[in-house]
Amino acid sequence: MYGKGRIIPALILFLGLMTSPIWYKSGEASKMPKPEKPKDYTECVAPTQEMRTSHMVLLNQWRDDILREGGARTGKTPNGTEYVRSLQNGCMKCHSDKKKFCDACHNYTSVKPYCWDCHLQPKEAM
Amino acid sequence: MRILNPFIAVLALIAVGLVAAQVPGGQALMGIVLPYLAFALFLGGFAYRVMQWAKSPVPFRIPTTCGQANSLPWIKQNKIDCPSTKLGVIARMILEVFLFRSLFRNTKAEMHEGPKLVYGSSKFLWLFALLFHYCFLVIVLRHMRLFIDPVPGFVAALEFGDGFLQIGAPVFYQTDAIFLGAIAFLFLRRVMLSNIRYISLPADYFPLFLIFGIAVTGILMRYVFRADVVAIKQLTHGLTTFAPAIAAGQISPIFFIHVFLVCALLIYFPFSKLMHMAGVFMSPTRNMINNSRMVRHINPWNDPNIKPHSYAGYEDEFREFMKEGGIPVEKE
Repeated sequence: MYGKGRIIPALILFLGLMTSPIWYKSGEASKMPKPEKPKDYTECVAPTQEMRTSHMVLLNQWRDDILREGGARTGKTPNGTEYVRSLQNGCMKCHSDKKKFCDACHNYTSVKPYCWDCHLQPKEAM
Repeated sequence: MRILNPFIAVLALIAVGLVAAQVPGGQALMGIVLPYLAFALFLGGFAYRVMQWAKSPVPFRIPTTCGQANSLPWIKQNKIDCPSTKLGVIARMILEVFLFRSLFRNTKAEMHEGPKLVYGSSKFLWLFALLFHYCFLVIVLRHMRLFIDPVPGFVAALEFGDGFLQIGAPVFYQTDAIFLGAIAFLFLRRVMLSNIRYISLPADYFPLFLIFGIAVTGILMRYVFRADVVAIKQLTHGLTTFAPAIAAGQISPIFFIHVFLVCALLIYFPFSKLMHMAGVFMSPTRNMINNSRMVRHINPWNDPNIKPHSYAGYEDEFREFMKEGGIPVEKE
């Protein structure tokens, strides 16, 4: 073998970098986020799985519909419960604690939504 | 056929991924077993190829000389393109690895009326190759948010910078668009230029299609079909902590197609031209010092029993025969 002095350390460095997520002080895999669900309400505006994957799309749709198309400010769940189509007055009415609800998953997956650049956070969380 | 076959191969991979994600037990196979296997093959194959290369002797100086070599004191040397010192080689390698300097010298040949052959500079390959590679790097680093639990600051910073335009929710990443554009250029270049098309092989098209497929499935998963990121992180972070678990029914099939294509890329990597990732560091034409006029380089496997044989010695040995044959000799 030629160039041992350079090739072997470089190869070890490469393998170390490639496997760094394994060595990196990583938390327990079982430590899943547990967003706190509201106690007084049992039903959201869409099925749970759909809310898990697409709540941000829904918020954008509400914004476009209400502000640009002049759409209705309230909606009804399949069970007939009326809700306000708004982040601050709708979502946060039930999910009142941003830290315990929104941030739980957002921090886990490193998502930093820019909702709060403009919207006020509910008082409890400030 | 050279284009169609690799295209069909990638479509077949997508179909396999789609079917396997629906079969009972298929998700565990595609999400846990295959990624481990593919990653092990990638690392093992990569190390094996590098070791094989390291075993090949390079006894003589063969750097490509792209500028004036070190010569007489009043002749200006090109210290980076024809380095005669270690420092020069280091500078050359840094520029090569980070800025693809040799692609910057890419030229195009054109026939004009006359007929006249004209060479011109062609920087587009350099530009798009650079965009492609850096976007790929950013995308891979961004994915680290799924593999590490307290997500490191630099990953979050990359995500913020990449989503700087704040378009839509989930936020649009600029690298996604630039990446697709760059792959499209690299593909069209092979198809549109007849001389490049002539030398392109299935092994050139397949990685392009495969990487394109990975990018498209990733983008579809983020913006169109939607995926449960928490459930995905549970799986991917489980892979790095050796405790993988799949939340039943929460991860959509598009994720498994994406992962399947990535695994295919990882497995394909050590067997293919993609090994230029290691090769760029090990190219003797780039990493050697051009000092053959200053240092005598002796072939390390020369047989020490075979002594140098000068012409004078040769003539001494065969003088009589040469004279008989009428061959002129220097010494009578």
